[in-house]
Amino acid sequence: MSSTTNAPVKHKSISYAGWGYFFIAPFVIVYVLCSLIPLLSTFYNSLFENYMDGLKQVGPNFIGLDNFVTLFTPRADGRLEILNYTGNTMIMWIMGAVPQIVFALLLAVIFTSERMKIKGQGFFKTVIYMPNLIMASAFAMLFFQIFSSVGPINQIIMSGGGSAYLFFDNEWSARSIIAFINFLMWFGNTTILLMAGIMGIDQSLFEAASIDGANSTQVFFKITIPLLMPIIIYVVITALIGGLQMFDVPQIITAGRGAPNNTTKTLVMALNSYIGTSKNYGMAGAVSFILFVVTGILSFIVFRSTEPKKEGKKK
Amino acid sequence: MGKERMDFIDKGSKTSLFISRLLSYIFLAFVTVLSLFSFYLLIINATRSNAQLQAGFEILPKEHFFDNLVTAWNDTSIFFLPQGMLNSFIVAACTCILTSYFSAMTAYGVCVYDFRGRNFVHKAIILVMMIPTQVSALGFVQLVNQVGLTNTYWPLIIPAIAAPATYFYMKQYIDSTLPLEIVEAARVDGSNEFRTYNFICMPILKPALAVQMIFAFVASWNNFFTPALLLDKKEMYTLPIMLSIVRSRINSQAGDMGEVYMIILLAIVPVVIVYLFLSKFIIGGVTLGSVKG
Repeated sequence: MSSTTNAPVKHKSISYAGWGYFFIAPFVIVYVLCSLIPLLSTFYNSLFENYMDGLKQVGPNFIGLDNFVTLFTPRADGRLEILNYTGNTMIMWIMGAVPQIVFALLLAVIFTSERMKIKGQGFFKTVIYMPNLIMASAFAMLFFQIFSSVGPINQIIMSGGGSAYLFFDNEWSARSIIAFINFLMWFGNTTILLMAGIMGIDQSLFEAASIDGANSTQVFFKITIPLLMPIIIYVVITALIGGLQMFDVPQIITAGRGAPNNTTKTLVMALNSYIGTSKNYGMAGAVSFILFVVTGILSFIVFRSTEPKKEGKKK
Repeated sequence: MGKERMDFIDKGSKTSLFISRLLSYIFLAFVTVLSLFSFYLLIINATRSNAQLQAGFEILPKEHFFDNLVTAWNDTSIFFLPQGMLNSFIVAACTCILTSYFSAMTAYGVCVYDFRGRNFVHKAIILVMMIPTQVSALGFVQLVNQVGLTNTYWPLIIPAIAAPATYFYMKQYIDSTLPLEIVEAARVDGSNEFRTYNFICMPILKPALAVQMIFAFVASWNNFFTPALLLDKKEMYTLPIMLSIVRSRINSQAGDMGEVYMIILLAIVPVVIVYLFLSKFIIGGVTLGSVKG
């Protein structure tokens, strides 16, 4: 605590500026070491043939873009891997995201309604947000138990005279359960984001609409939704970025196998098995690169759509 | 003025207001049941013995809660649950302290000092904020293997120093709440810059730091992907890994289902308790940290 305090007052802003580097140094160093360099080396890996064939190590041999070609070439069983995994991820994401956005919109409108003045909001918000903080693995394990062949749901079906339904052996029921968990975990979070958006809308617009005789349906579709569009787009895209990373729930529910018949295996599950199980680092690199590019494009859209607003606020 | 208008509207449509209120409460009740039914099933099933669970579904709790607790707590056949809880706690606690301290420090540096490249650093952090950790996982796992840190907690804890989302949140908070005059005043009083940050500015940032600590703790406690790639010794397992092992074991042998429910319950209960005490505070933090998505 010596040299800087003696600095001449007239050069205040210059003499202290160097401290900025001191404050950002830990962050920048750790980010470069733990994220940036690994990111680049991941991409570098995608250019090599490098995997375990049983106990035998194959490679690393430089093969250019062959891993990407493999990824986009149908396998012997006719399955196009990347399309299969991306398709599964997107189908399960959409199945969860549509009710997530619809429920969140309805709830946000209900909570912010000046007219209805809903009581017990604190309680309801606490309840709907809670699943967001619960461990996804625990949620998945719980639903696996609930829907297992000897679980409560099947016990109810059997006590009604039916026979046990194997929810995890049918692709659509398995996907629905996974999508439902995602919906349950995220609709509360989306509600709170949308509420903030609605409360940011100029209240006088609602009043003016009411005076002009608009009913609540008209207000919702003609005022709330259009003015909320930027934040809805933001919520959808960030949810999509999150959805692309879907892993914990299907991994736990299917014990990593994406059963039945690879219909619930997501992109990140494929990545995980390439890194962990098969140690196919070349293919893992290729999958990572594709995930990066898609996320990058989506993030760029978010970045573009939020940037002008921030500048507006500062002025 | 506005009040009068609202009253006027209310008078005009008392019945429609009643109906929309009624429908809203019905919907809220439905959503509440939706959110809570799985937890209810978890809790009552954790109170039933394996035999009772096999016998059929019942809506009311039974008396075997403590039996299941003792079984789950003492079982060492595949892993030791209290060890997993301790491991998860150690990782989550270190992570949340490092994340909040260093990301706030970075945000403070960018807000307070006009150094060359400041804008670039800010923009770069915002740009990388959305990149999922999974994308660099391969390179990271290889790096960890090379430096021999597999089966340690360092690779789970150290990266927490650089948390772009926390940086973003703290940057906004500092911009809106920290008067730079305080920093100036501290300088006049002869305080070193680092000391000013630690003892004068940090206390002002406490509310935001606390929110970020909670989110970082929960995220780490629940984290499955990276730990699963880096930890394969059972003394080092964290809770999500233990759950994945419980899941795989069910494929091969039935086991005690009461114990399984109890393990799930114990994995989530610390976060639920913290949440119930701080829910207002946490929900308030969601909007500000919204870029987390």
